Amino acid sequence: MPDQPTPRDAVVVGGNRIPFGRANGAYAAASNQAMLTAALDGLVARFGLAGERMGEVAAGAVLKHSRDFNLTREAVLGSALDPTTPAYDLQQACGTGLETVIQVANKITLGQIEAGIAGGVDSASDAPIAVGEGLRKALLKAGAAKTPLDRVKALAGIRPGDLAPETPRNAEVRTGLSMGEHQARTAKEWGITREAQDELAAASHHNLAAAWDAGFFDDLATGFLRLSRDEGLRPDTSVEKLATLSPVFGKGEGATMTAGNSTPLSDGAATVLLSSREWAQERHLPVLARFVDAEVAAVDYVSGDEGLLMAPAYAVPRLLARQGMSLQDFDHYEIHEAFASTVLATLAAWESEEFARDRLGLDAPLGSIDRSRLNVHGSSLAAGHPFAATGGRIVATLAKLLHEKGPGSRGLVSICAAGGQGVVAILEGC
Amino acid sequence: MADLVQLLTSNPLARQLGVPQPTRLRRGRDLPTGPVVVGAAGGAPTLVRRTLDVLGVAADDALVDTPQTRVTETTDEGRTRQVPAPYPGAVGAVLVDATAATAIEDLEALRGVLRPALRALEASGRVVVVGVEPETAGGPVAVAVQQALEGVVRSVGKELRKGATANLVRVDLLTDAPTTATDLASTLSFLLEGRSAYVSGQVLHVGHADEARVREITSQRPFEGQVVVVTGAGRGIGASIAETFARDGAMVVAVDVPAGGEGLSQVANRIGGTALQLDITAAGAGQRIAGHVAQRFGDAARIHTIVHNAGITRDRLLVNTDEERWGSVLEVNLAAQVRINEVLLDPDLPGGLDDGGRIVGVASTSGIAGNRGQANYAASKAGVIGLVRAMGADERLGARGITVNAVAPGFIETEMTAKIPVATREIGRRINSLQQGGRPVDVAETIAWFAQPASAAVTGRVLRVCGQSQLGA
Ligand SMILES: NC(=O)c1ccc[n+]([C@@H]2O[C@H](COP(=O)([O-])OP(=O)(O)OC[C@H]3O[C@@H](n4cnc5c(N)ncnc54)[C@H](O)[C@@H]3O)[C@@H](O)[C@H]2O)c1
Repeated sequence: MPDQPTPRDAVVVGGNRIPFGRANGAYAAASNQAMLTAALDGLVARFGLAGERMGEVAAGAVLKHSRDFNLTREAVLGSALDPTTPAYDLQQACGTGLETVIQVANKITLGQIEAGIAGGVDSASDAPIAVGEGLRKALLKAGAAKTPLDRVKALAGIRPGDLAPETPRNAEVRTGLSMGEHQARTAKEWGITREAQDELAAASHHNLAAAWDAGFFDDLATGFLRLSRDEGLRPDTSVEKLATLSPVFGKGEGATMTAGNSTPLSDGAATVLLSSREWAQERHLPVLARFVDAEVAAVDYVSGDEGLLMAPAYAVPRLLARQGMSLQDFDHYEIHEAFASTVLATLAAWESEEFARDRLGLDAPLGSIDRSRLNVHGSSLAAGHPFAATGGRIVATLAKLLHEKGPGSRGLVSICAAGGQGVVAILEGC
Repeated sequence: MADLVQLLTSNPLARQLGVPQPTRLRRGRDLPTGPVVVGAAGGAPTLVRRTLDVLGVAADDALVDTPQTRVTETTDEGRTRQVPAPYPGAVGAVLVDATAATAIEDLEALRGVLRPALRALEASGRVVVVGVEPETAGGPVAVAVQQALEGVVRSVGKELRKGATANLVRVDLLTDAPTTATDLASTLSFLLEGRSAYVSGQVLHVGHADEARVREITSQRPFEGQVVVVTGAGRGIGASIAETFARDGAMVVAVDVPAGGEGLSQVANRIGGTALQLDITAAGAGQRIAGHVAQRFGDAARIHTIVHNAGITRDRLLVNTDEERWGSVLEVNLAAQVRINEVLLDPDLPGGLDDGGRIVGVASTSGIAGNRGQANYAASKAGVIGLVRAMGADERLGARGITVNAVAPGFIETEMTAKIPVATREIGRRINSLQQGGRPVDVAETIAWFAQPASAAVTGRVLRVCGQSQLGA
């Protein structure tokens, strides 16, 4: 049997995303494929990879047309990469982007590939619309009909109600509740206040705006269509302004979640270039950070046992235990802001003795984090959250932050996802 | 509607109405189709002949028109007249070595060479006269004669049709650092080839450089393995500059503002270069360019050429111009490159400008002629002209073999000029000897000529790429 390659480091070379658009905004007419291709081309241009064959490109979209079954491969073929670059689609709801990073990094670590691109894209504007179940069945029957008369009969069976299209909804299949409604329960359970959520949201906007102003994204983003900054970014928002918004999720007195402290539907794409150290060095490419480890957890939200978006609260302690680290060992924390209250509830869970004891089976809670290290250049509340693109945005941003901080610095990524899942990872600055 | 005029001019009726039809110009590395002929005004064409030898271009002796050599021609109406003895076929280019012209009679020799050749000159043919810098020519008459060459060439440029051009090259023969055939070669080659398509009625200057510096004279890929930085490369002229340098072998770093990133990445990917998203007015822009070069090509890497092409217009009559409108144009078009040059010229900076390197600016005919509503822009572009003259004369740069030059484009067909209202645009296109707008590649080729390692003897100069526009001429 030939030698097995010894595991080696996978590193983040850099990333590229297009500015994120608001649903039905600047990218209203842009397809997932167009956006992903643009994000890839920007990455290729930044690192001079035109005509290069990559080990693979892994990406995905959460809202996907059936014709896009080979979305990533099609994007590769439309890009400046060598057309012999293989590609595949992967999907894990909002965890998609980070899961592709894990996948590509693991292949590099195992020596199966030298370099690969991970990423994701989503369009809430150009979302697929499915025909209702009644119409679908009738059409199938008509298609299978042997005689014209049978066909007419089949079509005659269509009722007006069947004609209403089924648009994809941001709702859990098993509970019928929207993600916001789920999160409203969690927020209430953890006693997350409206003020705390609005503060987090305002900080996200201010931090992201400052990063754009400082040119932080000059080598992380490439303009697309008419956008050169995230469309949903509100640099001049404030806690006071946010306080005036009415709650949209949850009911009555205790409702705290507004459009201001919940992530809006968005369009966009993001990519990350990963490779072995040797591959990067041979090409004189930067090495921003090392991919250390990752963990995925899932919770039983259906029975109501745990909140829909609380899985990262379980994934992180497992990852820390495996790495022999504590929650305080990080220079930067990137916690995806699905809702401001998700971030706050996750932090609260890590601080809770009860949660540690009853849920995690630990003697002591993970403890609190230095909040000045959290989402320092903003996160999804300000940037927007094109589901599958968020992982790539966060990994590239964090890798650059850690590189600026210096070798040995550490960063934690935490992303919650629909279906009660959580994808988390650790990077180390190079 | 946008191209009503184009419609008009491509219509056979328009031709009958006398709307001038633009000729398709010879571009690229093609030499003229017909023979190159060489003559002299005062003395023998030694320098021109030697230069053609360096280039490996064959040439015939030019015919000379004198009363004795004329032949009788019968016109269609049956009348006869005396005309110069004709060339057997079309002439591709006529080169006249007038470096020894000192007496007024020597100008008659110039006429004698030009007359028969102009009658036979092919479409996109070339007239090149080589003289010396007048102020070095000697006595007042010699200076006058050398100055007279400019009057001849500029007039011939206006007389030529069908895309033919006329230019004057001035060399240093009467100083202690005389121009050699190798010094002159890149310039003569540029003028003969299609690369100079939109350069006409101009005076070019070639000095002298250390022989060791004059390299890659006949190479088709003179920038092989060299790093070339082009600002404003995301579209328009800058994109063409990037493509031209890449064609000639360069590893191009394409710079543009992050907002222009989409076009920039397309350009970079098309030419296999790298994209650097950077606002050239940002603090530390020079350091970031050098950092990118050192990172991507290794610590020992240096920039061979930087082309300062990025530019903006904020047109408004001066009476309506506030400090913001004024300042932003000067900042992008002039101040930014001053700062970037300063950084890149540090000889110890990894990723800085190499010895033997090139700085090329992009001025404008507006910087020479001025333009109503463009006082800020004209200030910045005239400033670029001043800058390259001063830097070209800087002996410290000279000692390092670094040359500094600029092009001054006239009307070039780009997105910028496509926005000009149709009537004004048509005037812009037409008021030049070639009776058409230039293409971005015409500017790019001229910049690449300045930047060639073989053009080491050309520094501190501004060359108009304007089809001999009447603006500011
Ligand atoms: N088009 C003409 O006829 C003409 C004539 C004379 C001179 N010029 C000059 O040629 C140059 C190119 O002109 P063009 O017609 O291609 O213009 P253009 O507007 O099409 O391209 C200019 C490019 O420069 C970039 N740029 C602007 N500000 C920048 C900054 N601060 N940092 C980095 N990049 C920046 C722009 O994004 C753009 O991509 C300009 O300097 C212009 O003044 C053009």
